[in-house]
Formats: sequence, C-alpha cells, structure tokens
Amino acid sequence: MTHFNPLDPLNFDSQLTSDERMLRDATKDFVTGELQPLIVKANRERFFPQEVVAKMGEMGLFGVQLEGYGCLNLGYVSYGIVNHEIEYCDSAFRSFMSVQSSLVMHPIHSFGTEEQKQRFLPKLASGEFVGCFGLTEPDAGSDPSSMRTRAKKVDGGYILNGEKTWITNSPIADVLVVWAKDDADKIRGFILEKGMKGLTCPHIEGKLSLLASETGMIVMQDVFVPEENKFPEIEGLKGPFSCLNSARYGISWGAMGAAQFCFEQALNYTTERKQFGKPLAANQLIQMKLANMSTDITTGKLLSLQLGRLKDKGDDNYHMTSYAKRNNTLKALEIARTARDMHGGNGVNDEYQVMRHLMNLEAVITYEGTADIHALIIGRALTGLQAFD
Amino acid sequence: MKVLVAVKHVVDAYVQIRLMADGSGVDTRGLKHNINPFCEIAVEEAVQLKEKGDASEVVICSIGEDAVQETLRKALALGADRAVHLKTTAQMQPLQLAKVLHTLVESEKPDLVLMGKQSIDGDNNQTAQMLAGLLGWPQGMFASRLELKGQELVVNREVDSGEETLQLKLPAVVSADLRLNQPRHVTLPNLMKTKQKPLEVQTLPDLAPSSYKILNVTEPAKRQKGVLLNSVDELLDKLKNEAKVVG
Repeated sequence: MTHFNPLDPLNFDSQLTSDERMLRDATKDFVTGELQPLIVKANRERFFPQEVVAKMGEMGLFGVQLEGYGCLNLGYVSYGIVNHEIEYCDSAFRSFMSVQSSLVMHPIHSFGTEEQKQRFLPKLASGEFVGCFGLTEPDAGSDPSSMRTRAKKVDGGYILNGEKTWITNSPIADVLVVWAKDDADKIRGFILEKGMKGLTCPHIEGKLSLLASETGMIVMQDVFVPEENKFPEIEGLKGPFSCLNSARYGISWGAMGAAQFCFEQALNYTTERKQFGKPLAANQLIQMKLANMSTDITTGKLLSLQLGRLKDKGDDNYHMTSYAKRNNTLKALEIARTARDMHGGNGVNDEYQVMRHLMNLEAVITYEGTADIHALIIGRALTGLQAFD
Repeated sequence: MKVLVAVKHVVDAYVQIRLMADGSGVDTRGLKHNINPFCEIAVEEAVQLKEKGDASEVVICSIGEDAVQETLRKALALGADRAVHLKTTAQMQPLQLAKVLHTLVESEKPDLVLMGKQSIDGDNNQTAQMLAGLLGWPQGMFASRLELKGQELVVNREVDSGEETLQLKLPAVVSADLRLNQPRHVTLPNLMKTKQKPLEVQTLPDLAPSSYKILNVTEPAKRQKGVLLNSVDELLDKLKNEAKVVG
C-alpha cells in the first residue's frame, strides 16, 4: 500500500508527463521566488507590480500554448499547469497572464495577418508589450451581442467610437484587442495601439477584488485604426468566444491553484492552533471541512486535466469549458470562504492570505462568463432548450 | 577549463518523509524528487564560470536509476552543456560513489570537479573529499567563494574560526556551501532546450557487495515538552540528578 499524500491524495502527479512535472516545478520555483514575496504588499497598497511582466516573459509564461513567434508550443495541459501555479500565489498575476496569453496573443495568433503576428506576438511573449482585451461594455456584459462600440469604415481604415469597461491591464496596455460592430452590424476585431489619437484608458477605482491587478476602461473617441490593424476574416461572436474559451479553460486550473493554497493554509493553521487543549483539526467539524476541500480540489484538478487532454487532441467543445470553469470557480470560492472561516479572527487579516483569495475569487466566478451563464450553457446543451436570449 | 559537476537526485527538501515499516530506510516511493540544493549551487557556479569565460565546457553527471535524468535535465536547463547518466539500481555509499566518479573523471579529464558539500538525504559530506583523495588532487571543501586566477583557483571557506582562503592548483575538487551563490530560476524556454542537449547513458557494471549494511532506521526521539523552573537551585538539582550533566 502506498502512503496517503495529504497534498495530492489521488496521486494526480502520476497523470502528468515528466515534462509537465518539470514545467510545473520550474513555474512553482519562479512563483515562490519572484511573485509570492510581492503579493501581500501589492494587494494591500492596490498596485500591480509591473516589474514582474519582464520576468514572466523571460520565464516563458506568456502564450505557452501557442506555436511559433517566440512561444513555446507546449499545449493546453502545460498552459493549465502554468495557470494553476500562478494563481496559487494570486488571481491578479494569473489574470494578467490569462489576458496576455489567451485574450490577446491567442486572437492575434488565430485571426491575425502574418504581418500582425510578426509585429506583436514576439514582444507580447517577451513581456515587452502588455496586452488587453476589450469586449465588455457598461451595458453589454453577459450579452456581448448588444455592444454599442462602432467601427465606421473610412478611407484606409476605421473610426472607432465606444466604451469598454472592466478591462484587465487596460491602463498599462500597449496593445488593445477591441471588438466593435462594423457598418454591416457584424462584430469585428481590431488591434489598437497605445498613443492612438482619441484613445484613453482610465483606471477604475473602488474594486474590492483583484487589488493587485490593473483594471480600467477603454474609451474611444473617433480613434482612427488603420486597415492593417483589423483581423481580416473573423466576424461575429465566434472571434471573442474563441479567446474566452481558451482563457476560461485556464481559469478552471487557476481557481484550483487558489483553492489549493487556501486548503494548505487551513490545514496548517488548524493542525497548529490549539483551543480547548487540542488542535482545532482534532474537531469533527474541522475535519469534515478539510475532507470536503481536499475532495473538491482533487476532482476539480482531474476535471481540468481531462479537458486539457481533450483540447490538446482537438476533441473539446465549449460546453466542456463551461463545465470546468463553472465548477472549479464555484468550488474554489467555497473553499476560500471555508478556509477564511477556519482561520477565525486571524482569517480577516491579509497576513494569512486566505481572504485575499476569497475576494479575488468573487471576480473570478464573475468574469469570462458568470457561473450562472455557464450553467445556462450547460443546461442548453443538456436539454436542447435555450433559457436565455 | 573543463568543469565536471556531480549532482544527486534526492527527495525534495519540502516533502514530509516517512520510514519503511520494516525499518530498512526511508520510503521514497511516489515522493517528489529534486536536485539536491547544494548540487544546484555547484551547477550554478559552474555555469557562472562559463559565463565569465573561465570555463569552456560544463558537464553534469549523476548516478542512479532513470529518474535521475530529471535532475540532469534541470542542470542542463540551468546552463550546463551536456550530461552523463551513470545508470545503476544499486544504493551506494560515499566511497563507492567516489570510486564511480573517479572512473568518470579519468575518461572526462576535467580541470575542476564541482560538487555539493553534502546531500540532504544522507548528509554524509564525504564523497567530494574521498574523490579528491582517490585522485590525489587538491580539495577546497564548503566553498563560499571561488575565483580562477591563472592556473590557480582561489577558494574561500567558512570555518569555525573565521574565513579561510585556499589557493588550489588545478585540477582540483571543490564542494559548494550554501552561500556560494543564489541559483537562477529554470525558465521554460531553457527547460525545452535541454531536449537538444546531449544526455549520454552509461550503465555501470555490478558492484562488489558493500561491507556497509543498514541494520535499522528509526525516527529521532520526539522532543519532550519543556518545564518552567522557579529557581536556580531547582535547575542545578535537575542538571545534577536528572540530566546528570553536572557533577
């Protein structure tokens, strides 16, 4: 009989290849050495420590799933593992990486011209360029087809007008992938660049989640975008949805990273803290919570891994992504909240770090399709009946 | 200058280990392994020597089963040029390891052998010294600083009485202490590039049976809870009569 490993109860590790384990360990070392020492202060003082971007680029963390143009072509399981390890530290860093890799590099890689790929991808991969993705608008969240941003055809390009909001990285972005409706009411993708006339990206104040992440708006007032900055073919929502599917899949891994951190903290805390003459963990109530957390993390990780294997074979669909994103973010939020509770009063202090994850995960269940919207996507696939529209 | 770095694949420093029920040793099955931390420092030093232009080639070797290739790949990702896997299933003690390395040194002909001062599993701290003895080469153990000056190597080592500076004629054997350097992170691009770097496997011949035999492995005694004493007299009484450390 082999020993039971409390941190990997079902030997998840054995499902990974040697390459994947080495990639996981290298990423973990980087996160422990370079990201973890910064996060408590960055979150407390509400800033994104921008020096990590070049380091993450050098580490090879941007666009690992993509081929060529300075990317490593390691596939979706590796991409998922990277998400998991980064979000073990904080969802803000993982959000930065998700946006860069899946929402900016992925569409340029999939829909861009050769010239666009050469111009933007290597610099996004190295971290020289920061990217952001503009889909959500003040009045178009879960229903992006109701967007109001317009791209009017003019000589040599387009004039864009409109507002995008809740845009991760926008205040610091060099490259902005923006979705807008053209004169034929078709959704089209454009690559905007920092410094274009009429383009501003104000920072959004007052967030209570992802405090170490830059979030802002994209405000476009008669911004001229040259023809060569438009994605030539892709039209409709399948463009942005293809990006979101890639990012959502990564989030399903990332959320389990945050959950794993909270579980480990709760396990340590309750085995060390004594009340009524015995460790907290000697109580049935605590043990049941730990058992639930551990089981949910293990099943969530196996779910993401299976989806990753299917994605690497090209045998996936977006319903599966909804399944993984919804389940894992909901479970992670519950685990973080339980971990906060198990820390008692100390749990509300940022030194113990679990409440930061709890606050972050409130955004993570919401962005890239709320948990409820994903339930409706799954429901539609199960029944053949659409309950939204 | 050609540098050979011998590295060991050990149970990761942050993993909780358990003993085998029959007392024959530590149960390492299914546990996460990693490069021994002191060996990682030795690799980093060799790579820095190469980056400074002092070393022409950095060769890594490790002794053990196929799993040691993960540690060799990590060393290659840190910047070594090529690796040699000395394949065996035998559990070897320091002198046997030193003899195997001696044979490799004779074929590789390095000018410098760098090693970790000890491995965190056995904590023997013997193999580097024994290898230097077998080779008849000068040794600089527990190096905290290392510099090549012409054909000589200046090695600083922290000893109980302060810092000692040695001047070694090459070829030499040097073992790395914790403060020698801070190893860099393995980046994912460098990890992928290791697939293009040569990794040669040499199967070791069966060894003569060792005279070294493990009789039993047990956990160290659990630390007893301390007591608070009320007076110096009470303390002296305990030291005399209970601990029996004062006459």
